[in-house]
Amino acid sequence: MNPEIIRVVGYVVAVIAFVALNAAMLVWMERKVAGHIQRRIGPKEVGPFGILQSFADGIKLMTKQLIVPEGADVLLFKVAPMLVMIPAIMCFVTIPFSEQLAARNINVGLLLIFAIASVNVFALLLGGWASNNKYAVISAARAVSQNVAYEIPMLITAITVVMFTGTMNLQEIVLGQAGGFWNWNIFPVGKNIGMVVVMPISFLIFFICSMAETNRAPFDLGEAESELVAGFHTEYAGMGFGLFFLGEYANVFIGCSLSVILFLGGWQGPFGLLPGVHWFLLKVYFLIFVVMWMRWTFPRTTFYGLLNLSWKILIPISLFNLVLTGAFIKVF
Amino acid sequence: MGGYFKEIFDGVHSLVTGMGVTLKYLFQPVVTEQYPYVAPTMPDRFRGHIELVGDEETGATKCIVCGMCQKACPSGCITVAGEKVEGVKGKVLTKYDLDFTKCSLCGICVESCKPGAITFSKEYNLAGLRKEAYIYDLKKRLEERKR
Repeated sequence: MNPEIIRVVGYVVAVIAFVALNAAMLVWMERKVAGHIQRRIGPKEVGPFGILQSFADGIKLMTKQLIVPEGADVLLFKVAPMLVMIPAIMCFVTIPFSEQLAARNINVGLLLIFAIASVNVFALLLGGWASNNKYAVISAARAVSQNVAYEIPMLITAITVVMFTGTMNLQEIVLGQAGGFWNWNIFPVGKNIGMVVVMPISFLIFFICSMAETNRAPFDLGEAESELVAGFHTEYAGMGFGLFFLGEYANVFIGCSLSVILFLGGWQGPFGLLPGVHWFLLKVYFLIFVVMWMRWTFPRTTFYGLLNLSWKILIPISLFNLVLTGAFIKVF
Repeated sequence: MGGYFKEIFDGVHSLVTGMGVTLKYLFQPVVTEQYPYVAPTMPDRFRGHIELVGDEETGATKCIVCGMCQKACPSGCITVAGEKVEGVKGKVLTKYDLDFTKCSLCGICVESCKPGAITFSKEYNLAGLRKEAYIYDLKKRLEERKR
C-alpha cells in the first residue's frame, strides 16, 4: 500500500483522538478553574480529582437519543454538528506542534486556517436555522454578526504579523522567532525596535478577537442562557450537543495555538533552550487557562457593547497598527 | 478624542482589577462543605422536630402529662396520654406521638412546656418513603436513646 495513505490516515486518527481527549480534559479543567474561582472544589467524585468526569459525561451523551424536533429540517439538523467538527479538525493540519510534528507544512498555512475556521460560524447558522426554534435562530444571527465583526480586526492584526515576518508559512513564522524571548513577535526587541510598540497591542487585539470568534464568555452572546435558553444548540440532545461542545473546545485550542505561533514563539523555548512540543503545549495551555480565567471573571457584555468594541475600538486601532507596522518596517 | 482613550484605559484597568480579584480567590481555600462526607454541626438555635428531654440522672422523662403542649399546638400534631400508677405522684406518660407531617416547627409547644420536658432536636436527615415514617413515637425514641 502507498505509505502516504498510511501517513494521512495515521494523522487523521491522531488528530481526532487529540481533539476529543483535549476537549474532555479542557471541560474538566474549566470546571475546576470555575470551581476554585468561586471557592468550590469542582468535580471530585469520578476518578482522582474528578479527572474522569468528562469521560463519564461523554458516555452518558453517547447513549442518548438524537431527537429531531417537529418541523425541523432533518438533513441540515443532522449535518450541522458535523460541520462544526470538520473545520475544527481540518485546522489542525497546518498547526506546527514542533519542528517535526506537523501534518502538512503549507506555505499559506495562516490563510488556510482563517479560510477553514470561518466555516464554523456557517455551521452554527445552519444548526440554529434547522432547529425550527426562535431562540436558536436569534442566537445564530447573533453568532454570525459577531463573527463578521471580529473577523476584520483579527485578519488585520494577522496582516501586521505577516508583514513583519514576510511569510504565511506557520513553520517559518516560528523558525523566525528562534533564539530567545527577545526574538518573539510579541516583543521583538532583538529584531525591530519600532515593532515593540505595535506588537503587544496586536497580540491583545488578536487574543480578544480569537476569544470572540470562538463564542467564549464574555462574548458568548450566541448562547446567552438568560435570554436564549441555550442558543443555537437548544434543540440538540445527546452527541449532537456533544459535538458542538467538542467543536468549541477544539476552536479554543486553535485560537490559542495561533496566538502562540504568531506572537509567543510557537515551540521555541524562552531562552532558546530545548525547543520542542512541550514548550508549545505549555504556552497554549497557559493561554487557555487565561481564557477560562476571563470567562469566570467577567459578565456577559450587551450585544451593542460587543459590536461597539469591535467597530469603534478594535478595527480603528488595528488599522492604525497596520499603518505603523508599514512605517516601522521601512524606517528600522 | 481624549474621552475615547480614557474610556479604553479605564475599561482595561477595571478588567485587570477584576481578574486580580478572581486570581486571588483561585488560590484561597475552598469554603464549601462536602456534605455526605463531612456532616455539618447544627447551630444552637436550629429547630428540628421536637424531642422529649430525659432527666440527667435517671434518663426518665420530665413530662408530667399536663397536656399543655397538645392544647398549644395550632396544627394538632401532638397526642399525649398518661395514666395513674399506684404509689407515684401525678400521672405517668404512656404515649407521646408527634405527627411531623403537619408540624410547622413554630415552637409554641416548647414554650408552653412548664417542666421543660420537650426541646428541638438537631435532626435534619429526614428522607422517607412513606408518610407513616413521619409519625414519631417520641416516648420510644427517648427510651432508645437511654439505652
